[in-house]
Amino acid sequence: MQYTPNTESQAAEMLAELGLSSLGDLFTDIPESIRRKCVLDETPGETEPSVRARLEQLAQDNWSAGDAPVFLGAGCYDHYIPAAADYLLQRSEFATSYTPYQPEISQGILQGIFEYQTLICRLTGMAVANASLYCGGSALSSACRIAAETVKKRKILLPASLHPEYAEIVKSAGIAGFYETVEVPVAESASAGSPSGVIDLAAFESLLDSDVAAALIPYPNFYGALEPVGELVRLVRAKTNALVVMSVDPFSLAMLKSPGEWGADIAVGDAQSLGNRMSFGGPHLGFMAVTEKLLRKIPGRLVGQSVDDRGNRCFVLTLQAREQHIRREKANSNICSNQALCALATAMYLTFIGPAGLKQAAAISHKLTCYAQEKFRRAGFKIRYTAPVFQEFAVCVDNPAEANEFLLENGIIGGYELPGALLFAFTEKRTAEEVDELVEAMSKYAFPAEKESAEGEEQE
Amino acid sequence: MKLLFEKEVKGSNRFRFPEPEVSADAAPEMIPAEHLRTADLGIPELSEVEAVRHFTALSKRAFGVDDGPYPLGSCTMKYTPKICEAAALLPGFADIHPYQSPWTVQGALKLLYELQRDLAQLTGMDAFTLQPAAGAHGELCGMMIVRAYHKSTGADAQRNVVLVPDSAHGTNPATAAAVGYQVREVKSGPDGLVDLEDLKSKLGGDVAGLMLTNPNTVGLFEKNIEEISRLVHEAGGLLYYDGANLNAIVGVARPGDMGFDVCHVNLHKTFATPHGGGGPGAGGVGVKDFLAPFLPKPVIEWNEEEDVYTLNRDLPESIGKIKTFYGNFGVCVKAYAYIRLNGFAGLRAVAQHAVLNANYLKKRLSARYEIPFDVICKHEFVATNARQAKNGVRTLDIAKRLIDFGYHPPTIYFPLIVNEAMMFEPTETESKERLDEIAAAMNTIADEAETDPGKVKGAPYTTVIGRVDETRAARHPVLKYVSE
Repeated sequence: MQYTPNTESQAAEMLAELGLSSLGDLFTDIPESIRRKCVLDETPGETEPSVRARLEQLAQDNWSAGDAPVFLGAGCYDHYIPAAADYLLQRSEFATSYTPYQPEISQGILQGIFEYQTLICRLTGMAVANASLYCGGSALSSACRIAAETVKKRKILLPASLHPEYAEIVKSAGIAGFYETVEVPVAESASAGSPSGVIDLAAFESLLDSDVAAALIPYPNFYGALEPVGELVRLVRAKTNALVVMSVDPFSLAMLKSPGEWGADIAVGDAQSLGNRMSFGGPHLGFMAVTEKLLRKIPGRLVGQSVDDRGNRCFVLTLQAREQHIRREKANSNICSNQALCALATAMYLTFIGPAGLKQAAAISHKLTCYAQEKFRRAGFKIRYTAPVFQEFAVCVDNPAEANEFLLENGIIGGYELPGALLFAFTEKRTAEEVDELVEAMSKYAFPAEKESAEGEEQE
Repeated sequence: MKLLFEKEVKGSNRFRFPEPEVSADAAPEMIPAEHLRTADLGIPELSEVEAVRHFTALSKRAFGVDDGPYPLGSCTMKYTPKICEAAALLPGFADIHPYQSPWTVQGALKLLYELQRDLAQLTGMDAFTLQPAAGAHGELCGMMIVRAYHKSTGADAQRNVVLVPDSAHGTNPATAAAVGYQVREVKSGPDGLVDLEDLKSKLGGDVAGLMLTNPNTVGLFEKNIEEISRLVHEAGGLLYYDGANLNAIVGVARPGDMGFDVCHVNLHKTFATPHGGGGPGAGGVGVKDFLAPFLPKPVIEWNEEEDVYTLNRDLPESIGKIKTFYGNFGVCVKAYAYIRLNGFAGLRAVAQHAVLNANYLKKRLSARYEIPFDVICKHEFVATNARQAKNGVRTLDIAKRLIDFGYHPPTIYFPLIVNEAMMFEPTETESKERLDEIAAAMNTIADEAETDPGKVKGAPYTTVIGRVDETRAARHPVLKYVSE
C-alpha cells in the first residue's frame, strides 16, 4: 500500500508543468553509472491487512509480560502505566510534530517538556534538567565528558557495580580521547564472607587523586544495592575537585534520597521506569539534571520560560548557543533529536499516578523484594550480596542459564544472568503469589530431591 | 495556559495500586534511615479528568503532520501510516524485556534482522546496526567506526581531521568533534555543490574522512560524487554518508554504489516513523564489509539451517556500545511495517513523488521568490526573501506569516551558505492540491510584503501566542517552574 496521494494524471500534469515527460527525468542529475547499480529485489508492497497479519505473527513469536510474570530488571522494568497516559500519548499532535522550533504553534510540546524538566528537577533534587537524552547509558557518557571538560582532568572512576552496558557505553565513548576510565572494585564483606555488592571504600579512596574528573555512583547499583553514597561523596570532596555523578533509577527516588540531597553535581539515569513500555529496550529516555553551576554545560535541548509580544507567558527552546545547529564543531554535544515523546510519557505518568501512587508503587516493589529475599533465604538459597537493596537482588545458583530455562518451562520469565547468580527484580506489578511461584520453581530446580539439604547451592 | 503545578488540588489524585498480600514479619523493610528520602516529591496532584484535560489542551497547542502540511526542509515530515503505530503497540513488541532469553523473542530478533537486511540492500551496504537512537547518534556511531578502523591500521595518530562541507547539517561538524576529530571545512562552489578544487586542497595524510549529505542541504545531488569518492579514498580517508536526505533517492540510487563506506539512515525521516515532537527516532548505521567488525555490540545473527536468531556479543574489534540494549526497537517496528507496506518498488515511488513535489512547489514559488539554485532539485529546495527584503521583510517574517495560513513553516536560516534561506521539503505525502494551496499562501504573502509589509512583520495572528522574546529566555533562563 502506498501513501502518495497524487494520482497518475495529477503526476503527469505536474511533470508537464515542469517540462518533463516522466518521473525518471527528475533523476538525470544522478550519474547513470550510479543509478545502474541500484538493483533491488522488486518485492511488491503488501496490503495493510497483510502487514498487520505479518506483524501480529512476529509479535506472537515473543513471550510478552502479559504471557508470563517478568522478574527481569537490570535497567528495564515492567511497571504499570496508567491507561490515561498510554491513551493520551497517542494523540497525533504530539506524535507527528517535529522539534518545537516554531514556538507559536508548539506551545503544547514546549510546555509539556518544561513540565517534564520541572518534574525531573524535583525528583532528583537538582537545579536544572534538560529535555532528555537517548538512554541512561548515553546520558552517563555525556556526564563524563562534561566532568572532564569542567574539571580539566581525565580520569573517570567507573565502579564495578555499575550497569555493565552503561560501563561499556562510557568506555566506548572514550575513543574520542576526552577521558579515560579506571575501574573501582566491589567490596568483600568481612563479616558475612560474601561480597557486599557495593563500592569498596578503601579502594575508592586510594584511587582518588588529583587526576580524577568524576566519580560515578550508581544508585541503586546494578545489583539493586544501595551504595554508601554519603561516605563516597565525603571522600570525593575531601580529596579532589572531581564531580560526583550519580546514575539513578528515578522510580526509586520515590523512596530513596535524591542526588540533590546527597550533594551530587550531575544526576543521570533512564526514565523508562517512569511511564515507558519496555519495548525490547527502547525507545526509552535518558535524563540529565545538574547543579546551577553546570547549567551551560548541559547537552541537548532546554525549554525556557519567556514572554511573547502580547505579554503572555510562553515557552521556547533556549540557550541554543550550546547546540550543534548554532555552534557546529564547537557545540558541547552533537545531539539533535532526543526522546521527546518518551519525556512527555514520563510527565504524563507522574501526573496520573500522582505522588501517593508513586510512593505506593515504590513501597510495594520494595516490600515484595524484601518478601522475596526472605522466601529465598528460608528456601535455602544464598543471597549473593549483603548490602541493603531497593527492588532487585541476586540469588546464588550454580548454572544461571539452566535455571532460567527451567523457570521458562514453568511459565516464568526469570532473572538476569550474572556469573553464579540470577538477578531478580520485583515491581509493583508482581504479586505475592507470583513471588511464591518463583521461589518454588527455583527450589524445584536447585533442590530437586526433597531430602537434599537446603544449603547446597552456594558456589559462585 | 496554566502549568500542571498551578492546577494542583491536594487530595484529588486517587490513583492507587492493590496492596500485595505479604505478611509484615516476612518482609522486614531493609532500607537504612540515612537512605530514605525526606524531601517532598513535588509531583502535583490532579484528578484524572483534570489531568486528561490538561494534556488534551497541550495537544491542541501543538501542530503535527496530521494537522497539516509540514514542509520543513531536511526533516522529511511525511505522513506516517497508522498501521505502523498499531504494530508497535502490540504487547508482543511493547511488553517484552530486552534481556529475555533469545528463544522467547525470536519474532523481535527476526524483525530487526530483516530490517537490517532491507536497509543494507536499500543503501548498498553490507552490514547494518540498528542501535543508534537518532540521526546524530548514528553519525556518532559511524564516526566511532571510522576512528576504530584507523586505529586498527595504525593510522589514527596522524589522521585527526574530518572534512565537512560548509553546507552540512550542524550535526556533522559536531559529531566529528564529539569523536575527538578536528573539523576542516570544504567550500561549496557557486553551483551549490562541493568545490572539487577546494576539496583537493584540503585533503592530505591527516584526513580521516569526509562527511557528506547527498543530495545536499540545498537539495542538489552531488553529481561529482564518484570523483569525490576517488579523491578521498586516494588520500586514505573514508567516506561517510549522512542519510538525512535519503528520501530523495531511496530505491533510485544507493550510497554504497556512490563509494560511501559508512552511512546512517534516519528511520524517522525516510521510513515514516513519526518525530514525536523531537524524538524518539532511530539512526541505523550501515557499513561496507571491511568495517563490519567494528559495529557496536551485540550483532543479530541468523542460523539459516535451524532458522534461529541469536545475539552475538563476542566481537573483539567492536566499538563497544553506544546505547543500552538494541536501539529504539519500537521505532524499528514502525519502519519495518512501512517497508513491507511499500515494497522496494513502492519506496522508489516515494522518492520519485518526493522529488516531483519539491520541483513542482519550487516552480510554483519561483514567480515571486528568489530561488538561488534554480535547476532540477531533489526532495527539497531553497528559496530566499531577496525580493521581499527591499520592503524590510525577513525570512523569519514570511515563515511566521505562513503559520496563519495553516502550514508549518519551512526550515529557515539554513543552510548557512544561503543568506536568509527558506528550505522547503514538501515530501511525497502532500497532494497537488495541497502544494497549490501552499503556493497560493506564499504568493499572498509576497503580495502583502509589497502592499502591507507591516502585516507580514507582525505575524502570526492566529496562534495562541505571538512572537517570543528569545533573548530574554536566554539571558534570564527560567528552566523549571518555581512557585511564587
